[in-house]
Amino acid sequence: MLDKASALIDIRGVCRSFPKGSGEELLVLEKVDLTIRSGEIVGLLGRSGSGKSTLLRIIAGLVAPSSGQATCRGETIIGPPNGVAMVFQSFALFPWLTVLQNVELGLEALGVDATERRTRALAAIDLIGLDGFESAYPKELSGGMRQRVGFARALVVHPDLLLMDEPFSALDVLTAETLRTDLIDLWMEGRLPIKSILMVTHNIEEAVLMCDRILVFSSNPGRVAAEIKVELTHPRNRLDPHFRQLVDSIYARMTQRAEPKAPAIEGIPGSGVGMTLHHASSNVLSGLIETLAGAPYHGHADLPVLASQLQLEADEILHLGESLQLLRFAQLSEGDLMLTEAGKRFANLETDARKRLFAEHLVTYVPVMGLIRRVLDERPSHTAPAARFRNELEDYMSEDYADETLKTVVSWGRYAELFAYDEQSETFSLENPGGESA
Amino acid sequence: MKPRYIRTAAIGRALRPNVWDVVALILVIGAMVLIVYGGEQTTAPLSELERTPVSLDPANLPLYALRTVLRMLLAIVCSTVFTFIYAAIAAKSRRAEMVMIPVLDILQSVPILGFLTFTVVFFMNLFPSQVLGAELASVFAIFTSQAWNMTFSMYQSMRNVPKDLEEATQSFHLSGWQRFWRLDVPFAMPGLIWNAMMSMSGGWFFVVASEAITVGNTTVTLPGIGSYVALGIQQQDLPAIFYAILAMLLVIIAYDQLLFRPIVAWADKFRFEQTASGEAPASWVLDLFRRTRALRALTLPFSAINRAISNLRVPLPELRPATKAKGRPSRLIDGVWIALILAGTAYAAWLSYRYLSASLGMPDVLIVIRDGLITLLRVAVLITLATLIWVPVGVWIGLRPKLAERIQPLAQFLAAFPANLAFPVFVVAIVSFRLNPNVWLSPLMILGTQWYILFNVIAGASAFPTDLREAASSLHLGGWRWWFKVIIPGIFPYYVTGAITASGGSWNASIVAEVASWGDTHLKATGLGAYIASATEAGDFPRVVLGIATMCILVTLFNRLVWRPLYAFGERRLRLG
Repeated sequence: MLDKASALIDIRGVCRSFPKGSGEELLVLEKVDLTIRSGEIVGLLGRSGSGKSTLLRIIAGLVAPSSGQATCRGETIIGPPNGVAMVFQSFALFPWLTVLQNVELGLEALGVDATERRTRALAAIDLIGLDGFESAYPKELSGGMRQRVGFARALVVHPDLLLMDEPFSALDVLTAETLRTDLIDLWMEGRLPIKSILMVTHNIEEAVLMCDRILVFSSNPGRVAAEIKVELTHPRNRLDPHFRQLVDSIYARMTQRAEPKAPAIEGIPGSGVGMTLHHASSNVLSGLIETLAGAPYHGHADLPVLASQLQLEADEILHLGESLQLLRFAQLSEGDLMLTEAGKRFANLETDARKRLFAEHLVTYVPVMGLIRRVLDERPSHTAPAARFRNELEDYMSEDYADETLKTVVSWGRYAELFAYDEQSETFSLENPGGESA
Repeated sequence: MKPRYIRTAAIGRALRPNVWDVVALILVIGAMVLIVYGGEQTTAPLSELERTPVSLDPANLPLYALRTVLRMLLAIVCSTVFTFIYAAIAAKSRRAEMVMIPVLDILQSVPILGFLTFTVVFFMNLFPSQVLGAELASVFAIFTSQAWNMTFSMYQSMRNVPKDLEEATQSFHLSGWQRFWRLDVPFAMPGLIWNAMMSMSGGWFFVVASEAITVGNTTVTLPGIGSYVALGIQQQDLPAIFYAILAMLLVIIAYDQLLFRPIVAWADKFRFEQTASGEAPASWVLDLFRRTRALRALTLPFSAINRAISNLRVPLPELRPATKAKGRPSRLIDGVWIALILAGTAYAAWLSYRYLSASLGMPDVLIVIRDGLITLLRVAVLITLATLIWVPVGVWIGLRPKLAERIQPLAQFLAAFPANLAFPVFVVAIVSFRLNPNVWLSPLMILGTQWYILFNVIAGASAFPTDLREAASSLHLGGWRWWFKVIIPGIFPYYVTGAITASGGSWNASIVAEVASWGDTHLKATGLGAYIASATEAGDFPRVVLGIATMCILVTLFNRLVWRPLYAFGERRLRLG
């Protein structure tokens, strides 16, 4: 009980589900525990769809948990709690308000009087390095400056807890780095009027650079897979061997759970026909296979190295790796990506042969592809409406995921020339697209 | 400290008026005087109208124009208030939305001049023997021509507020009232202003039509440009008609320059985009006001009031709670609500049936349907003709930027000009050449609305990407192939937008276009518009209701079966970029 009171945020056994297309519930967060105390920066690290943003929104009072308990300073969170402010990935600035007006907005809502409002807003603007921009409108600013406004707007209300939802992911590499170090400097100097920070990220290096504690989330449903303490002192150096070691171990941890999936069992979400597919362009997949097959990797690459060479975020490289793994062209394990025999063969084939191999793997390893092909073969008309498959997918996943899966199916199926798809009438068919007279 | 020093100096400079202050001050005072003067006239008793009837002396025209403009202004204020309330309720309450949005959709297709028939009687009874009643009826007619699409635009904006801004307002504890003024209204502003502008264009037509109207025994002649023209028609005074057209031209130009341009330029900051756009709309009036120092100071109290209003602690019921764990709406209440709506609908249907069947029989229905189909045919033929003429012209102009820059304002202006003022000129021609009214009255229906097609096509052709044009010419696409594979798909979404407006406007115009007179000569074409017009004049309410209901059904069907699919197709397949 004592612990609960001293904790800023206390999350116990929180679950959250959203309605699926079929009307049932889809679990996105399962039994999450989390405590945030004063004076720490906590990171929630995970893939997209791991429910980390949902957890952040539960703490922000924007989403309510389906079950479990979420408290802020011992009080159950109903609606946005006092003393919690948020920084958004998209900045969420009001384009019709100037920098100063944007910063003052939160204070106005609290009913702070005009003079104090102005003083505090100017102080926050000054702190975050925005002086001179007070009367500018957001659209006149660069991305980095806009996010500074986002920070100033959150800091001006002097929150105990600052929530950050992937605050640097919409910025270019250089700008993001400047903003990160500025923020950490202010934090270390104790000049930020806040007690703790909770940030959501999918960037492993960012988490290691900034956080004292990292919670690694696994997907489907979102769960805390591991909690990692970062004991490195600030300012942290990305090239420091300890830093690299930590990054590598987190990569390994994040790929660990992505072992090849057990043979498809009907009815279990995440496998069989109900497997959610995330779109990856066949061009990018071929490119990745070629890169992996060539020097210096020769079929075996360390993920952080590969990610930095291709300038991809951890999230993106993992996503591509998983797609290749699903198609049995590569294998993910312990933070490494290795080509399979089929993958190596693919790298050396001509375009048409590649398509045939791709088609073969699609039908064999992606159950929904096999299903569509079977249905088209069986029907006398050799056509089937997309709705037929969408309905089936929605038994297992949300409407958005069903859409994404269908999009992937269409794009891969077209590349492999497994079937044709008419977007206008939303029908799959076996007709040869070349057969239509021009 | 340095900043404070700079600030006091700035204030010191601000107090000294400059030349622009004088100009702007005169404009402001002039506007106030005109509003007060015009307003005084409306409280006069109705007998005043009879004592000083409308005269054809051109010296009176400025005053008449002023009265017309004031009606317009009042209507736009009413429309805006209505929009805020109606759209807010529809957007925030799911159950209200179920009824309010379809109602709005139908109201949009009710012919506006049809409303006039009922409201004249209603308002005249509300303020017996006062000019105010007639004025209100006129204002209400303009209101009905403006409010619906403004409300739709506001509602759509409110339902599409970006999620991150919504979360930001919640996260920073803004109350529902604050959120409305700080997020919903500014976000809806650009769409709202654009729609208000389009409404205004249409509104001139109705303000003119509503100033001189006869419903059964009630004849209203409000001083204004419309009644001036009506009198000119009665007295067969062609020069008077030209004076009125000239006055209207000046009024619309002034309205555009002094009111709408500045508002559009000012509202540019509400456009929801994170990067600065190519070119911002400019207005010399706005620049004038921004350059004046003392006048800018005058606006400070307004922004202070605005701020104070938005920060008021007004408790609003939380209608769409965002953070409910099990936010499943209660099925039972939904059921009761739907049952209530159905019961209400059934009662209304029974009431209408009883009212209409008392005096009308099956033959009447058949006549109305026949007339309706004739008018439908007219609209279809006219839109086709206008398309064949204005699409090539619009493309030709739109692909020449210099020319488009000059023609575009003219086309927009012509769309705003109330074509009914020019009707007499055509009627004179029909009378003197003894032409068949069934054929030759028809073009009047599209006289004012064809310009919507023109200026939308110009806009589409101007926006057509240069690289696509270059690709087409490098592939040697020419002739028919160029038209059907390149430019027509490129401008299609724009064309459909223009054609929808034009077709809606033509239906409305049919009520005044299918019947025309010049002195004692009365021309009448067969059609639903003429049917409604005659019934109105005779004060035959059951027939008016029947005619309007039929037109409403035809317009709705036409929109749903033709325009909406075309629009959806254009948006999905042919929208560039």
